[in-house]
Amino acid sequence: MSKLNTSSSELDFDRPNIEDYLPSGSIQEPHGKLRLRDLLDISPTLTEAAGAIVDDSFTRCFKSNPPEPWNWNIYLFPLWCLGVVVRYGLLFPSRVIVLTIGWIIFLSCYFPVHFLLKGHDKLRKRLERGLVELICSFFVASWTGVVKYHGPRPSMRPKQVFVANHTSMIDFIVLEQMTAFAVIMQKHPGWVGLLQSTILESLGCIWFNRSESKDREIVAKKLREHVHGADNNPLLIFPEGTCVNNHYTVMFKKGAFELGCTVCPIAIKYNKIFVDAFWNSRKQSFTTHLLQLMTSWAVVCDVWYLEPQNLKPGETPIEFAERVRDIISVRAGLRKVPWDGYLKYSRPSPKHRERKQQSFAESILRRLEEK
Amino acid sequence: MGSASSVLTQYDIEEVEEHCDHLFTQQEIVCLYERFCQLDKNAKGFISADEFLSVPEFALNPLSHRLLKMVDGLNFKDFVAFLSAFSSKATLPQKIEIIFKVYDTDCNGKVTFSDLIEVLHDLTGSFMSDKQREEVLSQLLHEAGYTRESSLLFDDFIKARNLFSLQSSNDHKILFLIQILDNPSLKMEVEVPVD
Repeated sequence: MSKLNTSSSELDFDRPNIEDYLPSGSIQEPHGKLRLRDLLDISPTLTEAAGAIVDDSFTRCFKSNPPEPWNWNIYLFPLWCLGVVVRYGLLFPSRVIVLTIGWIIFLSCYFPVHFLLKGHDKLRKRLERGLVELICSFFVASWTGVVKYHGPRPSMRPKQVFVANHTSMIDFIVLEQMTAFAVIMQKHPGWVGLLQSTILESLGCIWFNRSESKDREIVAKKLREHVHGADNNPLLIFPEGTCVNNHYTVMFKKGAFELGCTVCPIAIKYNKIFVDAFWNSRKQSFTTHLLQLMTSWAVVCDVWYLEPQNLKPGETPIEFAERVRDIISVRAGLRKVPWDGYLKYSRPSPKHRERKQQSFAESILRRLEEK
Repeated sequence: MGSASSVLTQYDIEEVEEHCDHLFTQQEIVCLYERFCQLDKNAKGFISADEFLSVPEFALNPLSHRLLKMVDGLNFKDFVAFLSAFSSKATLPQKIEIIFKVYDTDCNGKVTFSDLIEVLHDLTGSFMSDKQREEVLSQLLHEAGYTRESSLLFDDFIKARNLFSLQSSNDHKILFLIQILDNPSLKMEVEVPVD
């Protein structure tokens, strides 16, 4: 049997069996004498392929689900029009004002604190954390965010990592409002990138670059250092690696689960009635997304801080990741799919196809022996 | 992508329904149109091979590139016509036609030993050597009473369509086809998720 080359890309594919999740007709019955028909009947494989063309669980994860329009009759339509006027004419300007005030306060406090207190690190860090929490609260207020936090607030202890499901960059803001996390994020261009390099840097945030394969080891090292440092802000990781539409969860990357520390799961669920908080990064820029939120009635969400989990004896990091994903998915009412979020950006590795081929080939050879 | 029905008129739906011989209901056609628009990212009017392969479940299917040849670049009408062979209302001969087309890689209307080997290669990859595949196939063909030189013509296949009710036939090639595909579990059906 030929050996497979394990690819060195950052796509992590040594996962539990995808076959357990996929609707499969097994290509081959596992026993009985081999007949010509077994070799030549390709209908199950074709059915799977056609089924994937018609509908597949991966694409469903990234489909925006806007709230149902309710302006559909002569009675409700004027109400809806009035609502639009209120949202765009009243709410939006006042929100912009609130946000501007927030930024002014933040910037006028942040820079003095950052530069003048250079020597007094502990105090400076504490003030900076408070200020970041403040500006996040302003952001949340600018969408009339109604966030219900359940569970004990995260405490600042070493050797712990927080993981959450990911729907939009606002997840970070919603969580940051309560606790000043350090987060690991993709470096973005534009004004977001500027914010990242200045303010978020001070929180101890870590950057990664999806497209660089060597990046993984560097980032893994940085993660480990951060977690073991006593004075660092608690680390928040979104193990899905990409924004998903808040109805599903994609596979968690194992990086957060092999740092040798406690993992505290956080589940976030947005109430779709008010606004669809999913940031479809292929369709909108972050600015458009924020504007959309600021012209909606409210952003309502629930945040659950769940019980911290540790690696069980005999459990691999991947199993650990799946277990935590299960906990989060159940709490937030999300369905699990067996796909890696990075498949948004690249093709699946041939390993999966090879696994199917292998099982078929082996069953043929085995049945050939049974005469 | 807004509500698909606003882009697809009732007239369009009926035309597509006609084209696929009423194997899909109108509601299924609307849902297929939504799916078509979802896959056709820049509204070109057809789905490119690359866009099909961006569906991971499709890309990792061993026979995906064969289906891809048949479905690449089709407009919506032909897309639905292609998928109609997988509808629950499709007849057995229609399903067999697709299977035949998948096997007949060189599109010469004949399924020969080498065509069979190629498909078997797709299904088993590098986990069986060429020699093993040839041996297994030759052996099974021999056991079923055929030789390596047997080939199935599309005409034979058409004859088989008409003779399907006649289980007994002396024509070897038709028996070959009936034997392979007279499988009570030839269930090649896809469900269109209707919202």
